[in-house]
Amino acid sequence: MEGIQKADLTKIKPYGDTLNDGMVQMSFTLPVPYGDEASEAAKQLVSKMGFESPAVVFSKDLGVGYTYFIMYGKCTHTVDYTNIEVPKITMEYMEREEVEDYIKKNIKRDIVIVGACTGTDAHTVGIDAIMNMKGFDGNYGLERYKGIEAINMGSQVPNEEIIAKAIEVKADAILVSQVVTQKNVHIANLTQLVEMMEAEGLRDKIILICGGPRLNHELAQELGYDAGFGTGSYANHVATFVVNQIVERNMI
Amino acid sequence: MESKLNLNPRLIDSARTAARNIADDVQNFIDKNTTVTVERTVARLMGVDGVDEIEKPLPNVLIDAIKEGGGLSRGAAFWIGNAIVNTGKTPQEIAEKVSSGEIDITRLPIADENKIMEAVYSTAKQMVERIKNSRAKRDEYLNSIGEGRKPYLYVIVATGNIYEDVLQAQAAAKQGADIIAVIRTTAQSLLDYVPYGPTTEGFGGTYATQENFRIMRKALDEVGEEVGRYIRLCNYCSGLCMPEIAAMGALERLDVMLNDALYGILFRDINMQRTLVDQYFSRIINGFAGIIINTGEDNYLTTSDAYEEAHTVLASQFINEQFALKAGLPEEQMGLGHAFEMNPMLENGFLYELAQAQMAREIFPEAPLKYMPPTKFMTGNIFRGHLQDAMFNLLSIWTHQGIQLLGMPTEAIHTPHLQDRMLSIENAQYIFNNAREIGNEVEYKKDGIIQKRAQEVLAKAEELLKDIEEEGIFDTIEKGKFGGVKRSFTGGKGLKGVVEKDEKYFNPFIDLMLGGAK
Ligand code: B12
Repeated sequence: MEGIQKADLTKIKPYGDTLNDGMVQMSFTLPVPYGDEASEAAKQLVSKMGFESPAVVFSKDLGVGYTYFIMYGKCTHTVDYTNIEVPKITMEYMEREEVEDYIKKNIKRDIVIVGACTGTDAHTVGIDAIMNMKGFDGNYGLERYKGIEAINMGSQVPNEEIIAKAIEVKADAILVSQVVTQKNVHIANLTQLVEMMEAEGLRDKIILICGGPRLNHELAQELGYDAGFGTGSYANHVATFVVNQIVERNMI
Repeated sequence: MESKLNLNPRLIDSARTAARNIADDVQNFIDKNTTVTVERTVARLMGVDGVDEIEKPLPNVLIDAIKEGGGLSRGAAFWIGNAIVNTGKTPQEIAEKVSSGEIDITRLPIADENKIMEAVYSTAKQMVERIKNSRAKRDEYLNSIGEGRKPYLYVIVATGNIYEDVLQAQAAAKQGADIIAVIRTTAQSLLDYVPYGPTTEGFGGTYATQENFRIMRKALDEVGEEVGRYIRLCNYCSGLCMPEIAAMGALERLDVMLNDALYGILFRDINMQRTLVDQYFSRIINGFAGIIINTGEDNYLTTSDAYEEAHTVLASQFINEQFALKAGLPEEQMGLGHAFEMNPMLENGFLYELAQAQMAREIFPEAPLKYMPPTKFMTGNIFRGHLQDAMFNLLSIWTHQGIQLLGMPTEAIHTPHLQDRMLSIENAQYIFNNAREIGNEVEYKKDGIIQKRAQEVLAKAEELLKDIEEEGIFDTIEKGKFGGVKRSFTGGKGLKGVVEKDEKYFNPFIDLMLGGAK
């Protein structure tokens, strides 16, 4: 590929059809009536966001004195890619059979995992995908694993109840699913669980993991969880993490 | 109508008969029981409204008092009637006095039965009249300003704040929407009371309250007059307060209600005895008020596979149809639900979806079928999502669906933003117009993929219905045959609110409303 410039990874910016053209496509609504002034307002706003040559390529009256825009602009900022650090789970995920072997060899007892979709959230498909026998996308769930006792409490489970259950069955790990994120309900609910576990003196004794489509490892750690799993997670990912932690934290 | 799918009419009849027997069986159970929310509905329809000083709704205060006094099995109407005869006060005043402790409603002397009946019926008839008037008002609008063409474009608003919802709803109507559904806040279906007054806070939706209904109704009438189209209002008659929401909706002229016989059991873990009793009275009210109900079969396909489990949707539609008929709801008001939910990566998936949509149309010819968009396989790729929605829209105009619940490109991310709704409406309008008569032009190859798929789904549904007929609906649900979700007869929420009727029980509204306006 001669004649093509290579990107300078210390200063990257968006690519449209030429390196460093900075091209970005965006769309949004402004609470002002459709017309030339609205488009001008949109362009000024996009300039303030750090774009050069802002262009309104489409705009439409939304009917209540609001206007929708599709725009292009050239980004003026750059980012140093070589300095990026994202907290993530770095381990190699084991397959189900490997996890089962690992438990047999290194833990030498059955481990217990309690899970639920907590608070007022009624979405069970995610936690079921991780925990139930059938699993998801051809990946079996934790119930299928030899050496793991998986207890799925379902949805709309209050934080008190999942803690009570974890105590009752002497759980090694708690798995919490949160799918509804409107007005940040998930943050409040996840935080409450951590606080309740701390108050009960349980936080260090149990591996605490959350998951859901709008969650990731970084956010989970900020909230006081040991790990967070987002879209595209499977049971073997969670299982690998849990068994490793059990050994690492000497919870055998 | 000639079947384009070559469906066997005998199989359809047999499925329908099985569904009728299933519903008959459950009706025996329903007729023997009442629930706290059914009785609160009676109280509301006799004019009890408002809250006490700790925000507890007076219908709850009153019914709790009757329950504690051991009187619920006779029905609230009897006690309210008796109190009217004893005190000469209105039901509202009586509820207030029960709340303040001035009246112990089950300890008043029992008056003459004829007098009680007279008091009950004269009060009840007033409210029934009000509902008739609100139905007439709808007809008047439909005759004067008219309505959009079918499939009606249905969009949701869900900001949590009723005033913000109004803005979004009016914008959607101007963009072309025909039905506005105000999605309820996450936890409302599990509340055993209906909140009161206008509300401005909710998660993933807005509280259903009578005041919120009124605010939205007014806003939609205004915008409807402006755009020259009656705009229908939809809410959720589900959860632990099904019939109360129905009553509020009937009074405030809602036009469409989500109202499924099984949804609460399967997806909210509400006790099955409770929901089945509740849905009956709620449907009587909806039927009488001219409200189109939407059933929730589409939801099964979110927890189980849309290709494998298609027959459970059809079976459930047959059952919902029979429950609706029992409650006097005509087919024109049955928005039976189904969905375009197959994995988009499935080869020929579009053909199977076409087969099923056409099948539903042929089996329930008069029903304003509610067609749900792809949701489960929507992703953060909003561009592909917009295409999935386009395929769905094409099928809807092709197979003459009744109510088109518009898919949003951002389905996997958030409840709709203002612009998402505009893009979706534009998508549907373009396709509906561009392919308007396609369904009348195209026929399907004999024994081709489409015909065969429809025949297969029908055959499996008929088989399932016969199994259920044998086992009964309660056992079927216990075994997890709908949506793969298992629920037990005595499990779930709200069972404590079910009470067996005694032989003197009566509910004047069943009598006045069942079978439509007399
Ligand atoms: C199916 C569905 C439903 C079904 C749920 C059925 C059920 N039993 O679960 C029904 C119809 C009941 C439903 C209801 C509602 N829903 Co809904 N629903 C969806 C839908 C279409 C798919 C969700 C799904 O099943 N995904 C498939 C699973 C496999 O993916 P997942 O959950 O992301 O899980 C994976 C990972 O995240 C991870 N994971 C998840 N949890 C966990 C936990 C752990 C410990 C780990 C390790 C990993 C993990 O692993 C899984 C496998 O890879 C989404 C839209 C969409 N396309 O995403 C909306 C959606 C999630 N729903 C939404 C809303 C608002 C609701 C309602 C609140 C609407 C209302 N007001 O009534 C109600 C919820 C009521 C309540 N109390 O919660 C919104 C949420 C918006 C937001 N960001 O807050 C969405 C995004 C739709 C929308 N655009 O409005 N819904």
